[in-house]
Amino acid sequence: MLKGVAFALGSGGMLLLRGENGAGKSTLLRAIAGLTPLAAGALLWDNSPALADRAAHAARIAWLGHLDAVKPALTVAEHVPLAALKPVGLERFAALPARFLSAGQKRRLAIARVAASGRPLWLLDEPTTGLDAASVDRFAALCMAHRAAGGMIIASTHTPLDLPDMEVLAL
Amino acid sequence: MIALIARELKLSLRHGADTVAALLFFVIAGTLFAFAVGPSPTVLAGIAAGVVWVCALLAALLPLDRLFGADFEDGTLDLLLLSGLPAYEIALAKAAVHWLTSGLPLLLITAPLAVMLRLPEAKLALLLLSLAPGTMILSLLGTLSAAVSLGARRAAVLMPLITLPLVIPALIFGTAVVTSDHPAAPLYMLGAILLAALPLAPLGAGAALRAAAE
Repeated sequence: MLKGVAFALGSGGMLLLRGENGAGKSTLLRAIAGLTPLAAGALLWDNSPALADRAAHAARIAWLGHLDAVKPALTVAEHVPLAALKPVGLERFAALPARFLSAGQKRRLAIARVAASGRPLWLLDEPTTGLDAASVDRFAALCMAHRAAGGMIIASTHTPLDLPDMEVLAL
Repeated sequence: MIALIARELKLSLRHGADTVAALLFFVIAGTLFAFAVGPSPTVLAGIAAGVVWVCALLAALLPLDRLFGADFEDGTLDLLLLSGLPAYEIALAKAAVHWLTSGLPLLLITAPLAVMLRLPEAKLALLLLSLAPGTMILSLLGTLSAAVSLGARRAAVLMPLITLPLVIPALIFGTAVVTSDHPAAPLYMLGAILLAALPLAPLGAGAALRAAAE
């Protein structure tokens, strides 16, 4: 599906995956997460094979797929710690069952979960889908805070996302 | 893993109707036999153990398609696989939740149904004794087939077709505990099946979950 893809990402770095529909952006993200096995090649973390210890690799990753993994029966606050709701502007809805959230609000809740995970590598598949302009700004601020703390981000996106010092990988 | 079980239990509690539906199905299906074969106490007593076992088996199948199905559809499965827990522990946790929300309630409601089917009182304890490991085996094998059929078209139809043949040995020994004059031997066999399923079913289910997430 994908061939000849090579990149390296340092602490605080951000890599943006670009490409048309079906170019393999999601597949590459799933492969980095260890969900889809690599047919060939290697995935390294600090110069050692990342997938040798699956549990340890999983513990490095905060995953935001194209689905939000929001449970309609749970309240907003049961998905993430309360403190994580403010940065995405959902603090007013803490006690609301998640089934009443709009698509964009569910996306923000999923982003809040990533931000609250405390894991060093964020893998984001079309993170800004359904977000309004203010929410995109809030998302960008979360990304910058994560990078400032030494975290890394690999994201696929179609919409323009303007963050400083971003590398772009075209697939 | 405990946290996962607690979260899944909370979710099941919010969807309490699923458990109630399985229990009602169990009682209604059992009652149908009483209507079908007539009220003769001797006939009913003869088939009571088998009827209860088969009805419990079918009722436990009902919640299986949502066991992983909901998580698969809303993206939670990816998060579970990236939670740092090994896939087999996720499967084991799901099997435990299935037993706590289906097997255990079925066990609790078995006595009235068995009495209604004229099972001799002396045999009631044996029936419950056989169903305790029996429902656990059901949960483990059901979890396995739920994971294997994940992502398949018409998974809800495929799942019983995979599960039911797998539980035939448990059904044979389970009913034998009640009907045989020597209940200890089939009970040991049931225990042996449980001990084999306890590590093997979650391992297989975990591998199937990984394959489904690819």
